[in-house]
Amino acid sequence: MKLSSFRHLLRWEVMLIGLVIVLAIAANAVTPLFLTAPNISDALSNLSEKALMLLPLVPLIIAREIDLSVASIAGLASVSLGAMFEAKVPLAVAIVVVVVIGALCGLLNGVLVSVLGLPSLVVTLGTLGLYRGLCYVVLSGKSVAGFPAWFTNFGFGYIPGTLIPQPLVIVVVAAVIFGVWLHLTTGGREVYAIGNGSGAARFSGLPVRSLLVRLYVVSGTFSAIAGVIYSARFASARADSALGFELDVIAAALLGGVSMAGGVGSIFGGLLGLTVLGVVRNAMSLANISSEVQSVVVGALLILAVLLTTLLSDSSRLKRAPSRAVRKEVAADA
Amino acid sequence: MTDALKTARPGVRVRSGNPVVTILRRREASLVLALALITVGVSSVAPRFLSLDNFGQILAAVVVVTVVGVGQALVVISGNVDLSVGSVVGLTAFVAATTAHANQSLPLLIVFLMAMAIGAACGAINGLLVTVGRIPAIVVTLGTLYVFRGVDYIIAGGGQVNAAELPSSFLDFPSQKLLGIPLTIVLTVVLVAVFAAGARWLRVGRYLYATGNSSEAAHLAGLPQRRTVFGAFVLCGALAGVAGVLYATRFGAVTSSAGLGLEFQVVAAVVVGGVSILGGSGSIIGSVLGAILFGVITNALNVMNAPSNWIQAISGAAILLAIILDLAMSRARERRERFDRERAKLS
Amino acid sequence: MTIGGQPSDGTVLEHGTPRVALRGARKSFGGVQALTDATVVLYSGQTLALVGENGAGKSTVVKILGGIHQADEGELRLDGSPVTLRSPAAAQAAGIAVIHQEPTLFASLTVAENIFMGRQPLSGAGTVAWSRMNREAQVILRELDSPLSPTITVGALSIAEQQIVEIAKALSQQARVLIMDEPTAALSGTEVQDLLQLVAQLNQRGVAVLYISHRLNEVLAVSHEISVLRDGTTVDCGPVSEFDEKRIIKGMVGRALDEIYPPLPHEFGQPMLTVEGLSRPGEYRDISFSVRQGEIVGLAGLIGAGRTEIARSLFGLTKPAKGTVIVSGQRATIRNPRQAKRAGIAYVPEDRRQHGLVMPFGVDKNTSLASLARFSKAGFLSRGSERGAALDAIRSLGIRASGPGQIAGTLSGGNQQKVVLGKWLQTHPKVLILDEPTRGVDVGAKSEVYRIIAGLAAEGLAVVLISSELPEVLAMSHRIIVLREGSIAGELPASQATQESVMALATGSASARESQLP
Repeated sequence: MKLSSFRHLLRWEVMLIGLVIVLAIAANAVTPLFLTAPNISDALSNLSEKALMLLPLVPLIIAREIDLSVASIAGLASVSLGAMFEAKVPLAVAIVVVVVIGALCGLLNGVLVSVLGLPSLVVTLGTLGLYRGLCYVVLSGKSVAGFPAWFTNFGFGYIPGTLIPQPLVIVVVAAVIFGVWLHLTTGGREVYAIGNGSGAARFSGLPVRSLLVRLYVVSGTFSAIAGVIYSARFASARADSALGFELDVIAAALLGGVSMAGGVGSIFGGLLGLTVLGVVRNAMSLANISSEVQSVVVGALLILAVLLTTLLSDSSRLKRAPSRAVRKEVAADA
Repeated sequence: MTDALKTARPGVRVRSGNPVVTILRRREASLVLALALITVGVSSVAPRFLSLDNFGQILAAVVVVTVVGVGQALVVISGNVDLSVGSVVGLTAFVAATTAHANQSLPLLIVFLMAMAIGAACGAINGLLVTVGRIPAIVVTLGTLYVFRGVDYIIAGGGQVNAAELPSSFLDFPSQKLLGIPLTIVLTVVLVAVFAAGARWLRVGRYLYATGNSSEAAHLAGLPQRRTVFGAFVLCGALAGVAGVLYATRFGAVTSSAGLGLEFQVVAAVVVGGVSILGGSGSIIGSVLGAILFGVITNALNVMNAPSNWIQAISGAAILLAIILDLAMSRARERRERFDRERAKLS
Repeated sequence: MTIGGQPSDGTVLEHGTPRVALRGARKSFGGVQALTDATVVLYSGQTLALVGENGAGKSTVVKILGGIHQADEGELRLDGSPVTLRSPAAAQAAGIAVIHQEPTLFASLTVAENIFMGRQPLSGAGTVAWSRMNREAQVILRELDSPLSPTITVGALSIAEQQIVEIAKALSQQARVLIMDEPTAALSGTEVQDLLQLVAQLNQRGVAVLYISHRLNEVLAVSHEISVLRDGTTVDCGPVSEFDEKRIIKGMVGRALDEIYPPLPHEFGQPMLTVEGLSRPGEYRDISFSVRQGEIVGLAGLIGAGRTEIARSLFGLTKPAKGTVIVSGQRATIRNPRQAKRAGIAYVPEDRRQHGLVMPFGVDKNTSLASLARFSKAGFLSRGSERGAALDAIRSLGIRASGPGQIAGTLSGGNQQKVVLGKWLQTHPKVLILDEPTRGVDVGAKSEVYRIIAGLAAEGLAVVLISSELPEVLAMSHRIIVLREGSIAGELPASQATQESVMALATGSASARESQLP
């Protein structure tokens, strides 16, 4: 590789910051409402769920895995919350239960991928369907509303005296924790080791299997929290809560320089990628462009982002083979 | 030569050269068995399940998934996946319906060809990005899933085409029969037969299996991998186009959300049908059986008055079960071969 | 033992025009000179053995003959006419086929299809003629005296059987030159004999064979001529009757053996590693041995004999069905590498690119990889102490690197191996298992690695040395345990062991009985 991955990433992140600025200016030119405090606050609020789903996904992708089921877990969390609320379960208790459900959903993913050694693409494609399907089983077409004020106030509300949406606080705290963990601790180093040389990681005694399972459990947990926040912000729980969010989350990660080939990427980059997406979606919403058309743009951005990463980095790292081979090794030595 | 090679070693699966026998020993057989079991089980609870009329309904219902499944099987065998098929079906369904509405006297054949062309173009985009762009198919088709759906939405502009607006040639198609069998089913059978034969009897069909098995070995053998994979995507798109017309004629009313979630059912059908998601093995017939199995399950749920919103959950669970089973079977086989080798060493 | 090769009465065979002649080849990649003056001449119906150390240039010769690379200088002639092979397809068309160490076949397709993929016979209608393909495959397999059925799926075959398929593939392409790269590397026992007989058979059919192998006894048994490559130059060549192992080794290594290997320390302490009754069906059986502090025990045997499998179990990568492992007097339960590390076992694996180093990481990140806890406080990594440890390793192990941050993938093989050693030394191990530690390491770095190993033994480590290079095992061990087909065939003190006696035990020939000691 011509550039060391760190320098490569730094350039990518600088480019992204530039892109955000350019897009913001362009958006403001098209719709002057864009660069106003209420709008930015609104836009950031809309990114809360996706940011929470993105945070655990970054280390997962770095470790050459993926989790397509994040939005489905969020949806399942939302409908479970609604169902329990309707069943007169105290909301605070329901929230805890729902987060546990999310963790269990993540655990299933983790066990199938890490312990059984199944390809994470297919597993999380399957659980994407399974969990979303369960959403329809739990609530079918209904939507649950009437949540208590303290819940919805948290969703809508701002930090007193400012225009900072309260859910964003959770996001910021989580982002800092994840950032510190991934970049400064031994756990984070293990993630990069797995992504850059899973065989050597395993042969050096790193707890590859348990780390992956833990990452999936965390992913499920955070997706569930995202689902709860979704219900708080929209004051309702529906089977199609967070439907399709996985596209934005994955696109954000890829845009942010977290390559599908693994081994490379950062929390900051991922969040920058999400910001780019957020700006694009927000600007389009202001211009009254429907969400389906917005998805066209996001889909195209996703493809473009990966095309760019292919062109810039060593293309042979995109081959799936090594990851599969190691997984077979890990699973076969039982 | 020494005895080691001459004696038949345990663990080596000797297969007869007879293609019929080989098929029967594989996944396809267990699918037929599963179908038989479900049929017996369900009809004991709800006897109206076991009627010719009901079977006719099942087959008519699975026509769309089956046709798309054939194309998906081609792509998956080559080691890739196409998640955009649902969007392509929706897009072509809508365009087909709109065109038929605008040109009431247009022969249905032309509508089919047009839909195939659009589908093929979508497939070509996917194929190019995967082969030339070297982007993993999962990422490409995840993106095009949304892009094609979005294009569909833009064209639809929020509107829809109603049954009343469509020509009778269009709407009558599902009820037209050939020798007592609905034309849609005949068409499906023909397509399945053509592609199943092609996958087995054409060299380029074998290249699909080769590429899916080992890209490296295929390269060493000098096979035209990029062209083969590109072709698989184009065919998959074209078949999705055909399925789009079948969808439009069956449902009459086509909105821009037609085909939403279809890709999921199709991948489930294909995976359950024995086409390994890793590529290189499986059969078209298997994917058809998988589609029929899902159709039977859906129908069974309806007949037993179970809620139909279980379908997606069941599809997801089925995919998981199928890959777990595949893994368990291959691990058991490896373990058996290891023991056999040890036994051979001791003798 | 002579299977093919020269008639034993010493008559020299007539030659005629060589089928393939590569003379004076030069080739460099980037700044690295892979070949300086290599000459390989193949005659119809004869086998030329190409021997040389790893990095000597053998694989470059193979790639040039196989059309993957072209020589910068030198001449390549086919049947006397100069030619340039610009692609694998061109080499194939010229009748040259390469059989690699690891067969690359299509696992879920049949034997016949693997043989004919891309060239499947077609019927009049343009479809694949399956019956004709199966029949033609059957014909070729019969010619090779193989009972394999053309309709079996290749994935179910053993490596030996897969190699037969590769050879059948080559023959079906009318190959007149067969290049076999380490063909017996993954075979054992009778499979090796079968293959050597097959080579003789191919010679009888007029096929020229280039046989590349590290196993000198096979080379001497099967070839008509031997060519020795060292540092990219053909340094020795001639009829096999004029060669013996000593001459081959001298050519390969270039200096007297005793200069390469350091003297071994002879102070032994307590038994540090004791293995009792270790068994894993399908891999190894009843393995019992003991290694003391300061002792180097060599594990010799053919590939597939079970040495790496035992190492992997000791290191916790696989679980033995039976047996106990005792480290430093305490019975150890080792179910994964972490527990192995905690017990004080370190494992330097065979494949350093896949298992030894994280190639994109620097020397510092690799050095700390097995002992991250030591380089962190409350979970937070200290990059400073990582760099410090890397600098220490660079100094004490003589690693040639531009700095602690140099990417491991850019280091030479020998230096990479030193980094792996450095990583494991950070775990303060009691037992060090080395698996083919000098594979792919050039001669100069080899002796440095040997000195390091001897030094570690002197410091009191118990060392298990797994190696397929007999001179290495003999010179670097205090005791040699020979494995054959999963069980211990014998144990010899190094002072009394010879290459012949070790090989005899490893292959199970009758003369072994005499040299066995209880």
